[in-house]
Amino acid sequence: MTTALERGANVLLPTTEAEAVEAFGDGSGITVIGGGTIVVPDMTSGRLRPEKAMLLTGAGLSGITRDGPRITIGATTPVSELESLPAPIGPCAANVADTEIRAQGTVGGNLCAGEGLEAPRGDLQGALLAVGATVRSAGAGGETTEPLEDFLAHRKSRLLLDVSFEEPSAGAFAPLIRPHTHDYTALAVSAARGGDGTVRLAVSGVTGPAVRLPSAEAKASDPRAAADAAAAEVTFADDALASAWYRNRTLPVLVRRALTQLEEV
Amino acid sequence: MKLTVNGVERSFETPPLTPLLHVLREELGITSPKAGCQQGGCGSCTILVDGAPRRACLLPVAALDGAEITTLEGLGSPEALSPIQTAFHEHYAAQCGFCTSGMVLAAHGYLEGGGGPERESIQKALAGHVCRCTGYVKIIDAVAAAAGGEIEATQRWLPQPGEEAPVEVPGAPA
Repeated sequence: MTTALERGANVLLPTTEAEAVEAFGDGSGITVIGGGTIVVPDMTSGRLRPEKAMLLTGAGLSGITRDGPRITIGATTPVSELESLPAPIGPCAANVADTEIRAQGTVGGNLCAGEGLEAPRGDLQGALLAVGATVRSAGAGGETTEPLEDFLAHRKSRLLLDVSFEEPSAGAFAPLIRPHTHDYTALAVSAARGGDGTVRLAVSGVTGPAVRLPSAEAKASDPRAAADAAAAEVTFADDALASAWYRNRTLPVLVRRALTQLEEV
Repeated sequence: MKLTVNGVERSFETPPLTPLLHVLREELGITSPKAGCQQGGCGSCTILVDGAPRRACLLPVAALDGAEITTLEGLGSPEALSPIQTAFHEHYAAQCGFCTSGMVLAAHGYLEGGGGPERESIQKALAGHVCRCTGYVKIIDAVAAAAGGEIEATQRWLPQPGEEAPVEVPGAPA
């Protein structure tokens, strides 16, 4: 495979967060590589030929810190390190791909990944939406901290630095079990109850980034009614992992499972 | 760039985003990591980075400067197989052999991490490894035997009279 030899990209290797932010600038013309599990296959196949790339490995952006109930996850923290966090984050992380991919793929890469060729990407988006995560990022206009929903809308022009959330009082995760582990999440529902008792629900595996399910959240105390409300809220597409029809039929089941789990916590 | 491969420091010059798999096979002549899908989906290129299983096809070498890489050649030798290699040999866990290198290294990582003989946890640990011969039952048997302490740690395979001495393996420690 000759493409492997034609990697003449200008590669930046920042050693601090400040260097990474400066090198990223406004994000134009730069390909950011966290763990490499998404970008490297695209380069090997020739789908992506970056002229300028930044490798975040040495930028000091990895690690999980706790400050009281608040948990902050650095951009290049491997997905495997999230497996021990409370639900829905822990079980969601454990459901990503396979052992080696989880140890190499990063939280930042998972959240920021563009649309996949054959499936939705961003396995962790739903779980982090459910816990009301906020994202600190850099790019044009400087550093901002904003809700994950807002960040996802313009993630391609931002450099994610860390993501943080308050540990929920209860959490649950209900995935569609997949036939092959390397696939992206076909469909999964995350649920979390905040300190004030409100329930948040989010779904991964929809067209585009993961989304909240506000109508279902309003009926969270009645899992069956919430399940019926959820199906009307989202649109699905056919892809290599599942058909829109199948996802549409499965979503209410997963909403009901997640809310039932949440009641049992 | 410098990498320690199987205990030997190796230097090479290659563009920084070249996958480790290419460096091992093409620059250093170490061919146990197989170039299967080269998309991270089959597991046949699995190697150990600082003792933990990783996909060589997904790792840009620039992310690894100074790391310790172990390939199958560094795990044991024909005269002194590692426990997991002995287990694969005893349980006939290799068929065509294409996935075996990755399977053995992933299983080694599983055992080093304290993994037990429960079949379900072995399946989860090896979930990213595809055997095109579909010989999973014997592979899981082998890992379970090694995890269950059924394999002697220093068991040796010796050439029988009349057999040639094992050939030199490229990339193996001197």
